[in-house]
Amino acid sequence: METPMQNEKIKIILNYLSNYRQHIPGVFFILVALFIKLVLTKSIEPEALTTFSTNINHTAIQIPNWVFNTRFALDLIAGLCAGLGLYQIIRGFKKGISSIIGAIGGLVVLGFLVWGASGTSISFTGMLAVMVIRSVPITIGALAGILSERAGIVNIAIEGMMIAGAFAGAVIGSILGLWAGILAAILIGALLGLVHAVLSIKYKVDQIISGTMINIFSTGLTSYLFIKFLQDSQNQWLNESGFFKPYAIPLLSKIPVIGPIFFDHNLFIYAMYFLVILLSIALFKTKWGLRHRSVGEHPKAADTLGVNVFRTRYLACVLSGMVAGFGGAYFSLGSVGRFEQTMTAGRGFIALAAMIFGNWNPLGALQAGMLFGFAESLTTKLSLLQFPIPAEVLLMLPYIITMVVLAGVVGRSRGPAADGIPYEKESL
Amino acid sequence: MKNKKNSDDKRNFISIFYEELSNSSLTIIILSIISGFIMGGILVILTSPEVYKAFGTSFLSGISTSWKIVANTYSSLFLGALGDPAKIGAAIQSGDSALIQKAFTPFLESLVVTTPYLFTGVAVALGFRAGLFNIGAEGQVLVGAIAAGWAGWTFTGLSPWIHVPLAMLVGALAGGLWGFVPGFLKVRTGAHEVITTIMMNYVAYYLIYYLISSPLRDPNEVTPKTPWILDSAHLYRFFPEPIRFHLGFFIAIAVAILVWFILFKTTWGFEIRSVGLNPNASKYAGMNITLVTVAAMALSGAIAGMAGASEILGVTWRQSQALASGYGFDSIALALLAQNHPLGVILTALLFGLLRSGSRVMQLRAGTPIYIINILQSFIILFIAAPAIIRTIYRLKKQSVKEVSTSTISFSAKK
Amino acid sequence: MPPILELKGITKRFPGVLANDHIDIKLEKGEILALLGENGAGKTTLMNILYGLYKPDEGEIFINGAKVEISSPIDAIRSGIGMVHQHFMLIPVFTVTENVMLGEEYTRPGGFLDRNKAADRIRELSETYKLNVNPDDLVENLPVGLQQRVEIIKLLFRNADILIMDEPTAVLTPQEVDELFNILKKLVEKGKSIIFITHKLREVMECADRIEVIRSGKVVGATTPAEASPEKLATMMVGREVDLITDKKPGDLRETVLTVDKLCVRDFHSHVVVDDVTFELHGGEILGIAGVQGNGQTELVRALTGLKTPFSGKIIISEKDVSRSSPRRITELGSAHIPEDRQKDGLILASSIAENLVLNTYFHRPFSNGIILERLAIDENANELVRKFDIRTPGIKTLVHSLSGGNQQKVIIAREFSRPIKLLIASQPTRGLDVGSIEYIHSRIIEKRDEGCAVLLVSTELDEIMQLSDRIAVMFRGKIITIVKANAVTKEELGLIMAGVTPTINKKKIENTQAREIIT
Repeated sequence: METPMQNEKIKIILNYLSNYRQHIPGVFFILVALFIKLVLTKSIEPEALTTFSTNINHTAIQIPNWVFNTRFALDLIAGLCAGLGLYQIIRGFKKGISSIIGAIGGLVVLGFLVWGASGTSISFTGMLAVMVIRSVPITIGALAGILSERAGIVNIAIEGMMIAGAFAGAVIGSILGLWAGILAAILIGALLGLVHAVLSIKYKVDQIISGTMINIFSTGLTSYLFIKFLQDSQNQWLNESGFFKPYAIPLLSKIPVIGPIFFDHNLFIYAMYFLVILLSIALFKTKWGLRHRSVGEHPKAADTLGVNVFRTRYLACVLSGMVAGFGGAYFSLGSVGRFEQTMTAGRGFIALAAMIFGNWNPLGALQAGMLFGFAESLTTKLSLLQFPIPAEVLLMLPYIITMVVLAGVVGRSRGPAADGIPYEKESL
Repeated sequence: MKNKKNSDDKRNFISIFYEELSNSSLTIIILSIISGFIMGGILVILTSPEVYKAFGTSFLSGISTSWKIVANTYSSLFLGALGDPAKIGAAIQSGDSALIQKAFTPFLESLVVTTPYLFTGVAVALGFRAGLFNIGAEGQVLVGAIAAGWAGWTFTGLSPWIHVPLAMLVGALAGGLWGFVPGFLKVRTGAHEVITTIMMNYVAYYLIYYLISSPLRDPNEVTPKTPWILDSAHLYRFFPEPIRFHLGFFIAIAVAILVWFILFKTTWGFEIRSVGLNPNASKYAGMNITLVTVAAMALSGAIAGMAGASEILGVTWRQSQALASGYGFDSIALALLAQNHPLGVILTALLFGLLRSGSRVMQLRAGTPIYIINILQSFIILFIAAPAIIRTIYRLKKQSVKEVSTSTISFSAKK
Repeated sequence: MPPILELKGITKRFPGVLANDHIDIKLEKGEILALLGENGAGKTTLMNILYGLYKPDEGEIFINGAKVEISSPIDAIRSGIGMVHQHFMLIPVFTVTENVMLGEEYTRPGGFLDRNKAADRIRELSETYKLNVNPDDLVENLPVGLQQRVEIIKLLFRNADILIMDEPTAVLTPQEVDELFNILKKLVEKGKSIIFITHKLREVMECADRIEVIRSGKVVGATTPAEASPEKLATMMVGREVDLITDKKPGDLRETVLTVDKLCVRDFHSHVVVDDVTFELHGGEILGIAGVQGNGQTELVRALTGLKTPFSGKIIISEKDVSRSSPRRITELGSAHIPEDRQKDGLILASSIAENLVLNTYFHRPFSNGIILERLAIDENANELVRKFDIRTPGIKTLVHSLSGGNQQKVIIAREFSRPIKLLIASQPTRGLDVGSIEYIHSRIIEKRDEGCAVLLVSTELDEIMQLSDRIAVMFRGKIITIVKANAVTKEELGLIMAGVTPTINKKKIENTQAREIIT
């Protein structure tokens, strides 16, 4: 027979173990710290220096480059990771855990940068500016996802809406000018959003199947039209839209480091900021947002209070399509200046991951978008630095991080309760 | 009909097949396919400048031009897929075996294209039956191919009787691993398999890219390519060059029949179907849903991996950079069209294989880009998933019992 | 003065069912009208019509003598009708304020929400009617009783004059029920009129001014609490004489089948939900577990059936420790379950009756040899059970979701009772069923007991517990407060214990029974 004392002890131990969800990330953080301290630091000479150059253009006020001791910087990073890990084990970060995981990811990457650039210099500001640019389609895509999922419709068709937007943007942009191109991209997105709405709301088709269908359709259609018309050298004028030129925002772009990173870009980047702010306010501070979210959480409750569930969901899908179409226009009108068949390269799916990572919040989506953008920007940078890790492996990282985040955080992050469930009026 | 009742005791394969298919609203399926073709035809007409010109001259010539273009597109699609009936007839009459082979080449080539569809279609259908949306067939095909290829050029001195099964097995294991990870993450952490399989696709893509460009690269080649697999690892080809029709086709058919048998005739299949339809009740009834889910997902991945293996062992004999095959997404359409029935997949895979194979000829002869088949496929999914649209268009009677199609599986984002 | 609300000839047909058949009802200002009827009688359909959720096929609605057209909840709200639904229509992640003002938002220019203004109004209403609701709380953190008051505030916020309460007591403790009745009286005093829908006779007798009884979609009688008796009401409700007391011979106690020793279960958030529960269950007896929903009964059953691993303590079935066993092993030891939510846990709705009937025996002979299924044996089994348990179905290949609730439950009973079992765990076995099915299922359960099976009956319906049990255990906040002989306790006493109050007057009696427990 167990004595009560033993019993108590067992209880305490079990209690401790049952908190493994809290402890595992903490242990992981500390392992990361050990890795930085023991593996990375080892190969560095004590007096080696790393240079982060901070000036990429001449509009901003120039400040000196950052030069620091590599070992010291690595120790600092390792210390931070270990500290976060200890706090997680002892107290736990509870709700903020996903941003902490993001922060740890950032620290690891920073560590690699410091380590890789030891003895040379890398353009830190330039890299972050690229990060902001690369985050645009992901963040905007995630916003599109938030719009529909907050009203209870899963939209996995963002990829398809984006490619359609990119195509319409390029072609109409070539014929009628850039602004008309944007308008066309938004309209085509709205149209596809409407199709998704009709299928999933009216016909109650499984929303993932409907989304898959839209993805296949718009990839097929854009490729079909591209090969049929745009490949012909006579028709090249149809695919020469050009792109929006960067515009440095007066004053803001003059701030050292911050200015070139955030405020010296083209229309799409500013539109991204604007959309994030607009959506944050609209969803959480307005009557529209309250109703929109209520439909995604508990459509029956909303219905009994006179909120028109179907109309709200239709609108959500169409708005989601418009935002996704606009995000797609970034590829042609904001970046390349023409349409290419595989130009979205799965950004629409990453956007979904960013949405989940960002906990269905516009600001969270922006953060997640920046994280993925940083990973992309890093890859190009590191291959220039002749980094010992192959670029392909780094390119895998965002996807692996997404899976880790999904696996580790999904229990904590909570999506809209009625997400993906068709609403049936007569089923009360 | 009467005959069927009398011989009910010894229901043979054909009658079971027939019964299972007619249970799954065959009418809707056929009408969906026809409607898909009609929509594709409309698109071809709308995107043909000739049609607009012809309508400019007169309405009638517009109509006839439209008809001509659509007829040309689809006839070259079917010629490309099945071969020229006139040539086939002539060849058979001449009795010359070389001529006969040549005449049947397009059809045999279509069967070659059908083979990976068979595997991936069955894989996706199996996933659906277990309540899993496996969008990861694409990645599973890729890793299956590279793993089987690796086994194909690494192990020397084996008899084909050992080497081929070994390489297929290695491919299946790699694909199985790619399926296992999302399955495991789903049951352990609740991470939704739709997102994780998509992520796994990209990981596979970059992994293959990396493997081909350095560790597994054939050093004698300028562009990144793997070495050739050994002769002993070749899947048997039934006809001389250039006909590539190989044993993989029959392996795929066997796999489809095996999966059908497992799903509907065995206790394990009963568990898979129960878990797919209602995991809670299955758990209550004592089934190990964790095990069933992970195993079904891994098996699904393994079958998709075999698609890649059969491609590299039977068709390409090496892996080069041409990667994104599109088999993953196509197989979703294909499985839905087959109502997730492994035997139905045999028919729908054949349809998709014919389309894909014929589309190349179509692009050459009629100038219609091959991507028209993606559009056909998307419309077919649309009509299958929303039978109400088909019922409305063709004024069919509404079914008295509530329609239970594949979309009864609910894929909510969380558990 | 015309009545505040009058329904004339309301008729509603669903495919195959006449849910409401020319119903005429009047509601006078300032009264509580009880609408009494058993499950499936058509009460909820009628109220959904009144609230604009369903469209009636025939009939008219008058408010204060004027004909109104109600085709959506908005129309209902505009006409001053408000409804508290059986399942609360609250959004857990929203605050009270957000829940209350949804659809009727206070805004500043530009569509921005004015949360403060709405919160002030809620405070004011809460004080006027003594509801004690804090507008800033998140609804998911509120106890059920308070959530219901949030629902009431939602109606008051919209200035509803006619309040419809649909089965409002189903989730409340007897004490919360009393509080609710006080609130209702207060509402009526202030001039509101209330329709109270229920199938519980006690409540009707206690709080209604008038009673209308509905059966099979028709109004079959009107009365008042003063004139009526429970027996008379029950007869009206069911349409024939009903035995409120089920016939039952005294049990014939056998060996111990189930022993639960110091069982603790924690939920996902590691809150203790089953707290140090100990009891024994013998063959040939029915132990009823009474308690208000959400006091750990669900988790107790999940632990006993192997679906949830207990945190500590022991579960022993037939002398085998199954504390950490799989559900499969537990069923194989001869334990049968009737789950609380039959559609979610008990059946695969999209599968055939035949397959559902072998859901936990498919791997045994004769249904399979362990690997290959034997279709013929499975079908034969289905044909036999459909006949034996009187499952009304067109055929054994019929999908279960097209069966009625009662027949669905019979499929489960048939499946579980056709195995050799020593232990039956029945959770809410009659929830949502009509009286005929309830009687059938009760008699089957008693039959099993008489065969020597040990039965654990978990129910929130006190009547059911009282009728069937030999002993009664009351659960409150995860603990078993007491175990008493069924004939040694009254319903009122049980009600108090369910609310966590151990009545001092009866303490001695309970202690005595407990002492007796230990001896037996």
